[in-house]
Amino acid sequence: MAIVVKRPKLSFWEKLYLPGIIKGLGITLRHFFLSLTGKTKVSMQYPEEKWDSHLPEYYRGAPALVTDEQGRERCVACQLCEFICPPRAITIHPEEIPSEDKWAKVEKRPQEFEIDMIRCIYCGLCEEVCPEQAIFLRKEYAFTGLKREDMVHNKKRLYEIGGVREGLVNKWNELK
Amino acid sequence: MPNTVQEIQALDTGAKVSQGAESYQASTEDMIGEKLVINMGPSHPATHGVLRVVLELDGETITKAIPDVGFLHRGDEKIAENMQYNQFVPYTDRLDYLAPLANNVAYALAVEKLMGWELPPRGKAIRVISCEIARISAHLLGIGAYAMDVGAMTVFLYTFTQREYIYNLCELLTGARFTTSYTRVGGQIRDVLPEFLSELEKFCDGFLPALDEIDKLLTRNKIFFDRTKDVGVISKKDAIAYGLSGPNLRGSGVDHDVRKAHPYLDYDQYDFDVPIGAHGDCFDRYLVRMEEMRQSIRILRQVMKNLPDGPINIVDPKNTLPKKERVLMSMEELIHHFILVTQGLDAPEGEVYFGAENPKGELGFYINSRGGGVPHRLKIRAPSFVNLSILPKLLPGHMMSDVVAILGSLDFVMGECDR
Repeated sequence: MAIVVKRPKLSFWEKLYLPGIIKGLGITLRHFFLSLTGKTKVSMQYPEEKWDSHLPEYYRGAPALVTDEQGRERCVACQLCEFICPPRAITIHPEEIPSEDKWAKVEKRPQEFEIDMIRCIYCGLCEEVCPEQAIFLRKEYAFTGLKREDMVHNKKRLYEIGGVREGLVNKWNELK
Repeated sequence: MPNTVQEIQALDTGAKVSQGAESYQASTEDMIGEKLVINMGPSHPATHGVLRVVLELDGETITKAIPDVGFLHRGDEKIAENMQYNQFVPYTDRLDYLAPLANNVAYALAVEKLMGWELPPRGKAIRVISCEIARISAHLLGIGAYAMDVGAMTVFLYTFTQREYIYNLCELLTGARFTTSYTRVGGQIRDVLPEFLSELEKFCDGFLPALDEIDKLLTRNKIFFDRTKDVGVISKKDAIAYGLSGPNLRGSGVDHDVRKAHPYLDYDQYDFDVPIGAHGDCFDRYLVRMEEMRQSIRILRQVMKNLPDGPINIVDPKNTLPKKERVLMSMEELIHHFILVTQGLDAPEGEVYFGAENPKGELGFYINSRGGGVPHRLKIRAPSFVNLSILPKLLPGHMMSDVVAILGSLDFVMGECDR
Protein backbone atom coordinates (compact mmCIF):
# COMPACT_ATOMS: atom_id res chain seq x y z
CA MET A 1 0.00 0.00 0.00
CA ALA A 2 1.24 3.36 -0.85
CA ILE A 3 0.98 6.09 1.73
CA VAL A 4 1.35 9.74 0.94
CA VAL A 5 3.80 11.40 3.28
CA LYS A 6 2.24 14.07 5.42
CA ARG A 7 3.64 17.57 5.06
CA PRO A 8 3.51 19.59 8.26
CA LYS A 9 1.59 22.84 8.40
CA LEU A 10 3.68 25.25 10.37
CA SER A 11 1.83 27.28 12.96
CA PHE A 12 2.34 30.99 13.25
CA TRP A 13 4.58 30.44 16.24
CA GLU A 14 6.78 27.99 14.30
CA LYS A 15 7.05 30.34 11.38
CA LEU A 16 8.94 32.80 13.55
CA TYR A 17 12.25 30.91 13.02
CA LEU A 18 13.26 31.23 16.65
CA PRO A 19 11.21 28.34 18.08
CA GLY A 20 12.95 25.94 15.68
CA ILE A 21 16.33 27.14 16.84
CA ILE A 22 15.34 26.91 20.50
CA LYS A 23 13.96 23.41 20.01
CA GLY A 24 17.19 22.37 18.29
CA LEU A 25 19.26 23.87 21.08
CA GLY A 26 17.10 22.03 23.59
CA ILE A 27 17.78 18.69 21.94
CA THR A 28 21.48 19.42 21.74
CA LEU A 29 21.55 20.45 25.39
CA ARG A 30 19.78 17.27 26.39
CA HIS A 31 22.43 15.28 24.54
CA PHE A 32 25.13 17.34 26.15
CA PHE A 33 23.95 16.56 29.66
CA LEU A 34 23.23 12.92 28.90
CA SER A 35 26.73 12.44 27.56
CA LEU A 36 28.18 14.33 30.52
CA THR A 37 26.58 11.82 32.84
CA GLY A 38 27.83 9.03 30.57
CA LYS A 39 24.40 7.76 29.58
CA THR A 40 24.85 8.28 25.88
CA LYS A 41 28.59 8.14 25.62
CA VAL A 42 29.43 7.40 22.01
CA SER A 43 32.98 8.61 21.54
CA MET A 44 35.94 6.35 22.06
CA GLN A 45 39.31 7.93 22.81
CA TYR A 46 41.38 6.11 20.21
CA PRO A 47 44.19 5.05 20.55
CA GLU A 48 43.96 4.98 24.36
CA GLU A 49 40.68 3.14 24.13
CA LYS A 50 40.20 0.56 21.45
CA TRP A 51 37.34 -1.38 20.00
CA ASP A 52 39.48 -4.53 19.76
CA SER A 53 37.79 -6.43 22.58
CA HIS A 54 34.48 -6.20 20.71
CA LEU A 55 35.82 -7.67 17.50
CA PRO A 56 34.21 -10.99 16.69
CA GLU A 57 36.33 -14.10 16.21
CA TYR A 58 35.76 -13.94 12.46
CA TYR A 59 36.79 -10.29 12.11
CA ARG A 60 38.43 -9.70 8.75
CA GLY A 61 41.66 -7.86 9.45
CA ALA A 62 45.05 -8.53 7.94
CA PRO A 63 45.56 -11.96 6.36
CA ALA A 64 48.38 -13.93 7.95
CA LEU A 65 49.89 -17.39 7.88
CA VAL A 66 49.70 -19.68 10.88
CA THR A 67 51.69 -22.56 12.30
CA ASP A 68 50.11 -25.43 14.18
CA GLU A 69 50.92 -26.81 17.64
CA GLN A 70 53.85 -28.85 16.30
CA GLY A 71 55.39 -25.76 14.79
CA ARG A 72 54.75 -26.89 11.23
CA GLU A 73 53.99 -24.17 8.77
CA ARG A 74 50.56 -24.98 7.49
CA CYS A 75 50.98 -23.55 4.01
CA VAL A 76 51.84 -26.12 1.35
CA ALA A 77 52.18 -23.52 -1.41
CA CYS A 78 49.25 -24.74 -3.48
CA GLN A 79 48.78 -21.13 -4.68
CA LEU A 80 45.00 -21.30 -4.58
CA CYS A 81 44.83 -18.04 -2.61
CA GLU A 82 47.17 -16.40 -5.10
CA PHE A 83 44.78 -17.50 -7.82
CA ILE A 84 41.54 -16.35 -6.18
CA CYS A 85 42.75 -13.04 -4.71
CA PRO A 86 40.66 -10.42 -6.56
CA PRO A 87 43.23 -7.58 -6.38
CA ARG A 88 46.19 -9.98 -6.93
CA ALA A 89 47.84 -9.02 -3.67
CA ILE A 90 49.46 -12.40 -2.98
CA THR A 91 52.71 -13.67 -4.49
CA ILE A 92 53.99 -17.13 -3.65
CA HIS A 93 57.26 -18.77 -4.63
CA PRO A 94 57.04 -22.45 -3.72
CA GLU A 95 59.97 -24.66 -2.82
CA GLU A 96 60.54 -28.31 -2.05
CA ILE A 97 60.91 -29.32 1.56
CA PRO A 98 64.36 -30.90 1.95
CA SER A 99 64.34 -34.64 2.69
CA GLU A 100 66.05 -34.26 6.07
CA ASP A 101 63.21 -32.03 7.29
CA LYS A 102 60.81 -33.53 9.81
CA TRP A 103 57.90 -32.70 7.53
CA ALA A 104 59.51 -33.87 4.29
CA LYS A 105 56.40 -35.92 3.51
CA VAL A 106 54.44 -32.71 2.94
CA GLU A 107 56.81 -32.08 0.03
CA LYS A 108 56.08 -28.42 -0.66
CA ARG A 109 56.20 -25.15 1.23
CA PRO A 110 56.42 -21.49 0.32
CA GLN A 111 59.96 -20.22 -0.10
CA GLU A 112 58.55 -16.71 -0.11
CA PHE A 113 55.01 -15.64 0.59
CA GLU A 114 54.22 -11.98 0.11
CA ILE A 115 51.01 -10.09 0.67
CA ASP A 116 50.96 -6.54 -0.57
CA MET A 117 48.92 -4.78 2.06
CA ILE A 118 48.41 -1.79 -0.20
CA ARG A 119 46.54 -4.03 -2.60
CA CYS A 120 44.77 -6.25 -0.07
CA ILE A 121 41.06 -5.52 0.26
CA TYR A 122 40.40 -7.75 3.28
CA CYS A 123 37.70 -9.73 1.45
CA GLY A 124 38.56 -13.06 3.05
CA LEU A 125 38.48 -15.13 -0.13
CA CYS A 126 42.00 -16.48 0.60
CA GLU A 127 40.84 -17.86 3.93
CA GLU A 128 37.72 -19.26 2.31
CA VAL A 129 39.53 -21.22 -0.39
CA CYS A 130 42.57 -22.37 1.59
CA PRO A 131 42.45 -26.21 1.67
CA GLU A 132 45.04 -26.42 4.47
CA GLN A 133 43.75 -23.93 7.05
CA ALA A 134 46.99 -22.02 6.59
CA ILE A 135 45.87 -18.46 6.00
CA PHE A 136 43.53 -16.58 8.31
CA LEU A 137 42.31 -13.03 8.54
CA ARG A 138 43.41 -11.76 11.93
CA LYS A 139 42.29 -8.92 14.14
CA GLU A 140 45.23 -6.66 13.23
CA TYR A 141 44.01 -3.73 11.19
CA ALA A 142 46.35 -0.77 11.64
CA PHE A 143 49.52 -0.85 9.57
CA THR A 144 51.81 1.95 8.65
CA GLY A 145 54.93 2.24 6.60
CA LEU A 146 57.17 4.93 5.26
CA LYS A 147 57.87 3.14 2.00
CA ARG A 148 55.81 0.97 -0.28
CA GLU A 149 58.13 -1.95 0.54
CA ASP A 150 57.22 -1.59 4.22
CA MET A 151 53.65 -2.41 3.34
CA VAL A 152 54.50 -5.72 1.71
CA HIS A 153 54.30 -8.42 4.32
CA ASN A 154 56.83 -11.14 3.73
CA LYS A 155 56.69 -14.68 5.03
CA LYS A 156 58.41 -13.87 8.33
CA ARG A 157 56.06 -10.99 9.07
CA LEU A 158 53.02 -13.06 8.12
CA TYR A 159 53.97 -15.83 10.53
CA GLU A 160 54.57 -13.22 13.22
CA ILE A 161 51.08 -11.82 12.81
CA GLY A 162 49.49 -15.22 12.41
CA GLY A 163 51.14 -16.95 15.34
CA VAL A 164 50.22 -20.44 16.44
CA ARG A 165 46.69 -21.62 15.88
CA GLU A 166 45.38 -24.58 17.80
CA GLY A 167 42.61 -26.98 17.02
CA LEU A 168 43.22 -27.29 13.31
CA VAL A 169 42.92 -30.52 11.39
CA ASN A 170 46.38 -32.09 11.48
CA LYS A 171 46.05 -34.56 8.66
CA TRP A 172 49.79 -34.65 7.96
CA ASN A 173 50.38 -36.35 11.29
CA GLU A 174 48.78 -39.50 9.94
CA LEU A 175 49.20 -39.18 6.20
CA LYS A 176 52.43 -40.03 4.49
CA MET B 1 -5.26 7.14 4.16
CA PRO B 2 -6.58 8.20 0.76
CA ASN B 3 -4.32 7.13 -2.02
CA THR B 4 -4.56 10.27 -4.05
CA VAL B 5 -1.86 12.51 -5.30
CA GLN B 6 -2.44 16.01 -6.39
CA GLU B 7 -1.20 16.93 -9.82
CA ILE B 8 2.32 18.25 -9.60
CA GLN B 9 2.86 21.54 -11.31
CA ALA B 10 6.40 22.08 -12.49
CA LEU B 11 7.28 24.95 -14.72
CA ASP B 12 9.34 23.87 -17.67
CA THR B 13 12.94 24.98 -17.96
CA GLY B 14 12.31 27.92 -20.25
CA ALA B 15 9.52 29.34 -18.13
CA LYS B 16 11.57 29.00 -14.96
CA VAL B 17 14.52 30.75 -16.55
CA SER B 18 12.46 33.60 -17.86
CA GLN B 19 10.67 33.95 -14.53
CA GLY B 20 13.99 34.08 -12.72
CA ALA B 21 15.42 36.50 -15.24
CA GLU B 22 12.40 38.76 -15.00
CA SER B 23 12.60 39.08 -11.27
CA TYR B 24 16.29 39.68 -11.58
CA GLN B 25 15.79 42.26 -14.29
CA ALA B 26 13.48 44.20 -12.07
CA SER B 27 16.19 44.61 -9.47
CA THR B 28 19.33 45.07 -11.53
CA GLU B 29 18.37 46.51 -14.87
CA ASP B 30 21.86 47.44 -15.96
CA MET B 31 23.69 44.16 -15.46
CA ILE B 32 21.43 41.87 -17.48
CA GLY B 33 22.94 39.77 -20.22
CA GLU B 34 26.29 38.94 -18.68
CA LYS B 35 26.53 35.18 -18.08
CA LEU B 36 29.02 33.58 -15.76
CA VAL B 37 30.17 29.99 -16.07
CA ILE B 38 31.43 28.39 -12.90
CA ASN B 39 32.50 24.91 -11.92
CA MET B 40 30.91 23.33 -8.92
CA GLY B 41 33.11 20.45 -7.85
CA PRO B 42 34.60 17.95 -8.45
CA SER B 43 35.82 18.46 -4.90
CA HIS B 44 32.96 20.39 -3.42
CA PRO B 45 31.65 19.09 -0.10
CA ALA B 46 28.04 19.29 -1.25
CA THR B 47 28.59 17.10 -4.29
CA HIS B 48 28.91 13.98 -2.13
CA GLY B 49 32.03 12.76 -3.81
CA VAL B 50 33.46 13.84 -7.08
CA LEU B 51 30.65 15.25 -9.14
CA ARG B 52 31.41 18.28 -11.24
CA VAL B 53 28.55 20.47 -12.34
CA VAL B 54 29.24 23.20 -14.85
CA LEU B 55 26.82 25.98 -14.08
CA GLU B 56 25.98 28.91 -16.27
CA LEU B 57 24.69 31.75 -14.16
CA ASP B 58 22.74 34.84 -14.93
CA GLY B 59 23.30 36.77 -11.76
CA GLU B 60 22.35 34.19 -9.16
CA THR B 61 19.95 32.33 -11.38
CA ILE B 62 21.14 29.20 -13.10
CA THR B 63 20.46 29.13 -16.80
CA LYS B 64 22.30 25.97 -17.72
CA ALA B 65 23.72 23.05 -15.78
CA ILE B 66 25.84 20.23 -17.15
CA PRO B 67 26.83 17.44 -14.78
CA ASP B 68 30.21 15.93 -15.51
CA VAL B 69 30.64 12.44 -14.14
CA GLY B 70 33.43 9.89 -14.31
CA PHE B 71 36.00 11.16 -11.84
CA LEU B 72 35.70 7.97 -9.83
CA HIS B 73 35.61 5.59 -12.76
CA ARG B 74 37.34 2.33 -11.94
CA GLY B 75 36.09 0.17 -14.76
CA ASP B 76 34.15 -2.24 -12.57
CA GLU B 77 32.24 -3.65 -15.51
CA LYS B 78 35.42 -4.50 -17.36
CA ILE B 79 36.98 -5.92 -14.21
CA ALA B 80 33.97 -8.21 -13.89
CA GLU B 81 34.63 -9.67 -17.32
CA ASN B 82 38.04 -10.82 -16.16
CA MET B 83 37.14 -12.63 -13.00
CA GLN B 84 34.84 -15.31 -11.70
CA TYR B 85 31.42 -14.53 -10.36
CA ASN B 86 32.39 -14.92 -6.71
CA GLN B 87 35.54 -12.87 -7.07
CA PHE B 88 33.47 -9.88 -8.11
CA VAL B 89 31.52 -9.76 -4.84
CA PRO B 90 34.10 -7.52 -3.06
CA TYR B 91 33.85 -5.08 -5.95
CA THR B 92 30.11 -4.68 -5.43
CA ASP B 93 30.88 -3.36 -1.93
CA ARG B 94 32.45 -0.39 -3.60
CA LEU B 95 29.53 0.58 -5.80
CA ASP B 96 27.17 2.26 -3.39
CA TYR B 97 29.58 2.25 -0.49
CA LEU B 98 26.92 3.48 1.91
CA ALA B 99 24.96 0.27 1.56
CA PRO B 100 27.44 -2.47 0.64
CA LEU B 101 25.22 -5.22 2.01
CA ALA B 102 22.39 -4.33 -0.34
CA ASN B 103 24.77 -4.36 -3.31
CA ASN B 104 26.11 -7.77 -2.34
CA VAL B 105 22.59 -9.13 -2.18
CA ALA B 106 21.55 -7.61 -5.49
CA TYR B 107 24.60 -9.02 -7.25
CA ALA B 108 24.21 -12.47 -5.73
CA LEU B 109 20.53 -12.51 -6.71
CA ALA B 110 21.41 -11.56 -10.28
CA VAL B 111 23.89 -14.41 -10.67
CA GLU B 112 21.51 -16.78 -8.93
CA LYS B 113 18.87 -15.82 -11.45
CA LEU B 114 21.29 -16.81 -14.19
CA MET B 115 21.97 -20.10 -12.45
CA GLY B 116 18.27 -20.67 -11.85
CA TRP B 117 18.72 -21.02 -8.11
CA GLU B 118 16.43 -20.09 -5.30
CA LEU B 119 17.66 -19.70 -1.78
CA PRO B 120 16.15 -21.58 1.18
CA PRO B 121 13.84 -19.47 3.39
CA ARG B 122 16.39 -18.75 6.09
CA GLY B 123 18.91 -17.50 3.54
CA LYS B 124 16.29 -15.21 2.07
CA ALA B 125 15.31 -13.86 5.48
CA ILE B 126 18.94 -13.09 6.29
CA ARG B 127 19.24 -11.25 3.01
CA VAL B 128 16.17 -9.19 3.82
CA ILE B 129 17.78 -8.23 7.13
CA SER B 130 20.97 -7.20 5.38
CA CYS B 131 19.10 -5.20 2.75
CA GLU B 132 17.05 -3.31 5.28
CA ILE B 133 19.89 -2.40 7.63
CA ALA B 134 21.76 -1.21 4.56
CA ARG B 135 18.77 0.92 3.59
CA ILE B 136 18.59 2.53 7.01
CA SER B 137 22.31 3.19 6.98
CA ALA B 138 22.23 4.78 3.53
CA HIS B 139 19.19 6.95 4.27
CA LEU B 140 20.73 8.10 7.54
CA LEU B 141 23.76 9.35 5.71
CA GLY B 142 21.62 10.79 2.95
CA ILE B 143 19.52 12.81 5.37
CA GLY B 144 22.43 13.78 7.59
CA ALA B 145 24.52 15.06 4.71
CA TYR B 146 21.51 16.73 3.14
CA ALA B 147 20.71 18.57 6.36
CA MET B 148 24.33 19.62 6.71
CA ASP B 149 24.32 20.93 3.14
CA VAL B 150 21.41 23.20 3.93
CA GLY B 151 22.93 24.31 7.20
CA ALA B 152 21.82 21.94 9.97
CA MET B 153 25.02 20.48 11.32
CA THR B 154 23.65 18.68 14.38
CA VAL B 155 21.55 16.18 12.46
CA PHE B 156 24.63 14.79 10.77
CA LEU B 157 26.24 13.96 14.12
CA TYR B 158 23.16 12.16 15.41
CA THR B 159 22.63 10.16 12.23
CA PHE B 160 26.27 9.14 12.32
CA THR B 161 25.91 7.90 15.87
CA GLN B 162 23.15 5.61 14.66
CA ARG B 163 25.16 4.55 11.64
CA GLU B 164 27.97 3.55 13.96
CA TYR B 165 25.59 1.11 15.65
CA ILE B 166 24.73 -0.27 12.24
CA TYR B 167 28.41 -0.76 11.51
CA ASN B 168 28.67 -2.71 14.75
CA LEU B 169 25.84 -4.90 13.48
CA CYS B 170 27.59 -5.36 10.13
CA GLU B 171 30.72 -6.37 11.97
CA LEU B 172 28.82 -9.00 13.92
CA LEU B 173 27.13 -10.26 10.78
CA THR B 174 29.99 -10.30 8.31
CA GLY B 175 33.26 -9.75 10.14
CA ALA B 176 33.86 -6.40 8.47
CA ARG B 177 32.43 -3.03 9.24
CA PHE B 178 32.46 -1.42 5.85
CA THR B 179 33.42 -3.68 2.99
CA THR B 180 31.11 -6.48 3.90
CA SER B 181 31.42 -8.92 0.96
CA TYR B 182 28.74 -10.92 2.71
CA THR B 183 27.07 -12.90 -0.02
CA ARG B 184 28.36 -15.51 -2.36
CA VAL B 185 26.59 -16.88 -5.37
CA GLY B 186 24.22 -19.33 -3.75
CA GLY B 187 24.26 -18.08 -0.20
CA GLN B 188 26.07 -16.19 2.51
CA ILE B 189 29.48 -16.62 4.06
CA ARG B 190 28.07 -17.25 7.52
CA ASP B 191 24.84 -17.72 9.36
CA VAL B 192 23.49 -15.09 11.74
CA LEU B 193 24.30 -15.62 15.37
CA PRO B 194 21.79 -15.29 18.22
CA GLU B 195 23.87 -12.36 19.54
CA PHE B 196 23.35 -10.58 16.28
CA LEU B 197 19.59 -10.92 16.52
CA SER B 198 19.48 -9.59 20.08
CA GLU B 199 21.75 -6.70 19.10
CA LEU B 200 19.52 -5.96 16.14
CA GLU B 201 16.48 -5.97 18.39
CA LYS B 202 18.25 -3.52 20.68
CA PHE B 203 19.15 -1.33 17.73
CA CYS B 204 15.55 -1.25 16.46
CA ASP B 205 14.30 -0.19 19.89
CA GLY B 206 16.86 2.57 20.20
CA PHE B 207 16.61 3.72 16.64
CA LEU B 208 13.02 4.92 16.52
CA PRO B 209 13.46 7.51 19.33
CA ALA B 210 16.63 8.72 17.61
CA LEU B 211 14.73 9.02 14.35
CA ASP B 212 12.00 11.00 16.10
CA GLU B 213 14.68 13.33 17.36
CA ILE B 214 15.92 13.93 13.83
CA ASP B 215 12.32 14.42 12.83
CA LYS B 216 11.93 17.04 15.54
CA LEU B 217 15.07 18.82 14.44
CA LEU B 218 14.15 19.01 10.79
CA THR B 219 10.56 18.43 9.78
CA ARG B 220 8.99 21.41 11.50
CA ASN B 221 12.04 23.61 11.32
CA LYS B 222 11.24 26.77 9.44
CA ILE B 223 14.74 27.19 8.02
CA PHE B 224 14.90 23.66 6.65
CA PHE B 225 11.34 23.99 5.43
CA ASP B 226 12.08 27.20 3.56
CA ARG B 227 15.22 25.90 1.96
CA THR B 228 13.64 22.72 0.65
CA LYS B 229 9.95 23.45 0.09
CA ASP B 230 9.07 23.94 -3.59
CA VAL B 231 12.72 23.68 -4.51
CA GLY B 232 13.73 21.16 -7.17
CA VAL B 233 10.23 20.10 -8.11
CA ILE B 234 10.23 17.01 -10.30
CA SER B 235 6.89 16.30 -11.91
CA LYS B 236 5.55 12.79 -12.14
CA LYS B 237 5.99 12.78 -15.90
CA ASP B 238 9.58 13.94 -15.73
CA ALA B 239 10.46 11.47 -13.03
CA ILE B 240 9.27 8.63 -15.22
CA ALA B 241 10.72 10.08 -18.41
CA TYR B 242 14.17 10.41 -16.90
CA GLY B 243 14.04 6.92 -15.47
CA LEU B 244 14.43 7.96 -11.85
CA SER B 245 14.07 5.27 -9.26
CA GLY B 246 14.01 4.86 -5.52
CA PRO B 247 13.01 7.65 -3.15
CA ASN B 248 13.52 10.27 -5.85
CA LEU B 249 10.85 8.66 -8.01
CA ARG B 250 8.50 8.07 -5.11
CA GLY B 251 8.99 11.60 -3.86
CA SER B 252 7.36 12.71 -7.10
CA GLY B 253 4.32 10.65 -6.32
CA VAL B 254 4.93 7.57 -8.46
CA ASP B 255 3.98 4.47 -6.56
CA HIS B 256 6.75 2.19 -7.74
CA ASP B 257 8.91 0.08 -5.50
CA VAL B 258 10.70 -2.94 -6.96
CA ARG B 259 10.07 -4.77 -3.70
CA LYS B 260 6.33 -4.44 -4.36
CA ALA B 261 6.24 -4.43 -8.15
CA HIS B 262 8.49 -7.44 -8.71
CA PRO B 263 8.84 -9.05 -5.30
CA TYR B 264 12.09 -10.85 -4.68
CA LEU B 265 13.41 -12.45 -1.48
CA ASP B 266 9.81 -13.01 -0.29
CA TYR B 267 9.26 -9.30 0.14
CA ASP B 268 5.60 -9.93 -0.68
CA GLN B 269 5.25 -11.80 2.62
CA TYR B 270 6.18 -8.81 4.70
CA ASP B 271 3.75 -6.10 5.52
CA PHE B 272 5.09 -2.66 4.72
CA ASP B 273 3.96 0.55 3.05
CA VAL B 274 5.56 2.44 0.25
CA PRO B 275 5.71 6.14 1.09
CA ILE B 276 5.17 8.53 -1.80
CA GLY B 277 5.31 12.27 -2.00
CA ALA B 278 2.61 14.68 -3.15
CA HIS B 279 4.61 17.64 -4.42
CA GLY B 280 7.83 16.23 -5.81
CA ASP B 281 10.07 18.81 -4.19
CA CYS B 282 13.17 18.40 -2.04
CA PHE B 283 11.12 18.35 1.14
CA ASP B 284 9.03 15.44 -0.12
CA ARG B 285 12.10 13.42 -0.95
CA TYR B 286 13.29 14.01 2.60
CA LEU B 287 9.94 12.92 4.03
CA VAL B 288 9.91 9.80 1.87
CA ARG B 289 13.35 8.77 3.13
CA MET B 290 12.31 9.33 6.74
CA GLU B 291 9.23 7.18 6.29
CA GLU B 292 11.18 4.48 4.46
CA MET B 293 13.43 4.05 7.47
CA ARG B 294 10.40 3.52 9.68
CA GLN B 295 9.09 0.94 7.22
CA SER B 296 12.48 -0.78 7.18
CA ILE B 297 12.31 -1.14 10.94
CA ARG B 298 8.84 -2.63 10.50
CA ILE B 299 10.20 -5.18 8.04
CA LEU B 300 13.15 -5.98 10.30
CA ARG B 301 10.86 -6.68 13.22
CA GLN B 302 8.75 -9.01 11.10
CA VAL B 303 11.78 -10.91 9.85
CA MET B 304 13.16 -11.29 13.35
CA LYS B 305 9.83 -12.53 14.64
CA ASN B 306 9.54 -15.32 12.10
CA LEU B 307 13.11 -16.14 11.24
CA PRO B 308 12.92 -19.60 9.68
CA ASP B 309 15.33 -22.36 10.60
CA GLY B 310 17.25 -24.49 8.21
CA PRO B 311 20.05 -24.07 5.72
CA ILE B 312 21.15 -20.66 4.49
CA ASN B 313 22.87 -21.77 1.32
CA ILE B 314 21.79 -23.43 -1.86
CA VAL B 315 22.27 -27.17 -2.20
CA ASP B 316 24.09 -27.81 -5.43
CA PRO B 317 27.25 -29.80 -4.73
CA LYS B 318 28.47 -29.35 -8.30
CA ASN B 319 28.63 -25.58 -8.03
CA THR B 320 29.16 -24.73 -4.38
CA LEU B 321 32.33 -25.25 -2.42
CA PRO B 322 32.32 -28.46 -0.40
CA LYS B 323 32.41 -28.30 3.39
CA LYS B 324 35.80 -27.33 4.77
CA GLU B 325 36.04 -30.39 7.02
CA ARG B 326 35.59 -32.65 4.02
CA VAL B 327 38.08 -30.71 1.92
CA LEU B 328 40.70 -31.11 4.61
CA MET B 329 40.42 -34.87 4.90
CA SER B 330 39.09 -36.37 1.72
CA MET B 331 40.65 -36.52 -1.73
CA GLU B 332 37.49 -36.26 -3.85
CA GLU B 333 36.27 -33.13 -2.16
CA LEU B 334 39.74 -31.62 -2.35
CA ILE B 335 39.86 -32.17 -6.11
CA HIS B 336 36.38 -30.77 -6.49
CA HIS B 337 37.31 -27.77 -4.36
CA PHE B 338 40.31 -27.04 -6.58
CA ILE B 339 38.27 -27.39 -9.77
CA LEU B 340 35.56 -25.08 -8.47
CA VAL B 341 37.94 -22.42 -7.24
CA THR B 342 40.05 -22.39 -10.38
CA GLN B 343 37.30 -22.76 -12.95
CA GLY B 344 34.40 -21.10 -11.23
CA LEU B 345 30.72 -21.86 -11.51
CA ASP B 346 29.36 -23.83 -14.39
CA ALA B 347 27.00 -21.04 -15.47
CA PRO B 348 24.63 -21.67 -18.37
CA GLU B 349 24.66 -19.58 -21.50
CA GLY B 350 22.18 -16.77 -21.66
CA GLU B 351 21.47 -13.31 -20.42
CA VAL B 352 19.62 -12.09 -17.37
CA TYR B 353 18.73 -8.78 -15.86
CA PHE B 354 17.94 -8.43 -12.23
CA GLY B 355 16.99 -5.18 -10.55
CA ALA B 356 16.78 -4.79 -6.80
CA GLU B 357 15.38 -1.92 -4.77
CA ASN B 358 18.49 -0.42 -3.25
CA PRO B 359 18.52 2.65 -1.01
CA LYS B 360 19.37 4.89 -3.94
CA GLY B 361 17.00 3.28 -6.40
CA GLU B 362 16.92 0.31 -8.68
CA LEU B 363 20.34 -1.28 -8.83
CA GLY B 364 20.34 -3.64 -11.78
CA PHE B 365 22.84 -6.20 -12.96
CA TYR B 366 22.69 -7.37 -16.53
CA ILE B 367 24.76 -10.47 -17.09
CA ASN B 368 25.52 -11.85 -20.51
CA SER B 369 26.97 -15.30 -20.09
CA ARG B 370 28.52 -17.52 -22.71
CA GLY B 371 28.84 -20.32 -20.22
CA GLY B 372 31.63 -20.97 -17.75
CA GLY B 373 32.72 -19.19 -14.63
CA VAL B 374 33.31 -15.75 -16.09
CA PRO B 375 30.63 -13.36 -17.37
CA HIS B 376 31.00 -12.30 -20.98
CA ARG B 377 29.55 -8.91 -20.13
CA LEU B 378 28.29 -7.47 -16.89
CA LYS B 379 26.43 -4.22 -17.00
CA ILE B 380 25.57 -2.34 -13.84
CA ARG B 381 22.53 -0.13 -13.91
CA ALA B 382 23.55 2.37 -11.29
CA PRO B 383 20.60 4.30 -9.84
CA SER B 384 22.73 7.32 -8.93
CA PHE B 385 23.90 7.68 -12.51
CA VAL B 386 20.35 7.63 -13.83
CA ASN B 387 19.08 9.94 -11.08
CA LEU B 388 21.74 12.51 -11.93
CA SER B 389 20.63 12.64 -15.55
CA ILE B 390 17.77 14.93 -14.56
CA LEU B 391 20.12 17.71 -13.38
CA PRO B 392 20.24 19.67 -16.68
CA LYS B 393 16.46 19.77 -16.59
CA LEU B 394 16.07 20.34 -12.88
CA LEU B 395 18.67 22.96 -11.99
CA PRO B 396 18.01 25.83 -14.45
CA GLY B 397 15.80 28.51 -12.96
CA HIS B 398 16.94 27.89 -9.44
CA MET B 399 19.20 30.06 -7.39
CA MET B 400 22.81 29.10 -6.90
CA SER B 401 22.33 28.11 -3.25
CA ASP B 402 19.43 25.83 -4.16
CA VAL B 403 21.83 23.61 -6.09
CA VAL B 404 23.21 22.33 -2.81
CA ALA B 405 19.75 21.50 -1.52
CA ILE B 406 18.78 19.76 -4.75
CA LEU B 407 21.97 17.72 -4.93
CA GLY B 408 21.52 16.75 -1.30
CA SER B 409 17.93 15.70 -1.85
CA LEU B 410 18.81 13.56 -4.87
CA ASP B 411 21.15 11.63 -2.55
CA PHE B 412 23.56 10.08 -5.02
CA VAL B 413 26.82 8.24 -4.49
CA MET B 414 29.57 8.78 -6.98
CA GLY B 415 31.14 5.38 -6.34
CA GLU B 416 28.08 3.85 -7.91
CA CYS B 417 27.51 6.53 -10.52
CA ASP B 418 30.99 6.31 -11.99
CA ARG B 419 31.52 2.63 -11.14
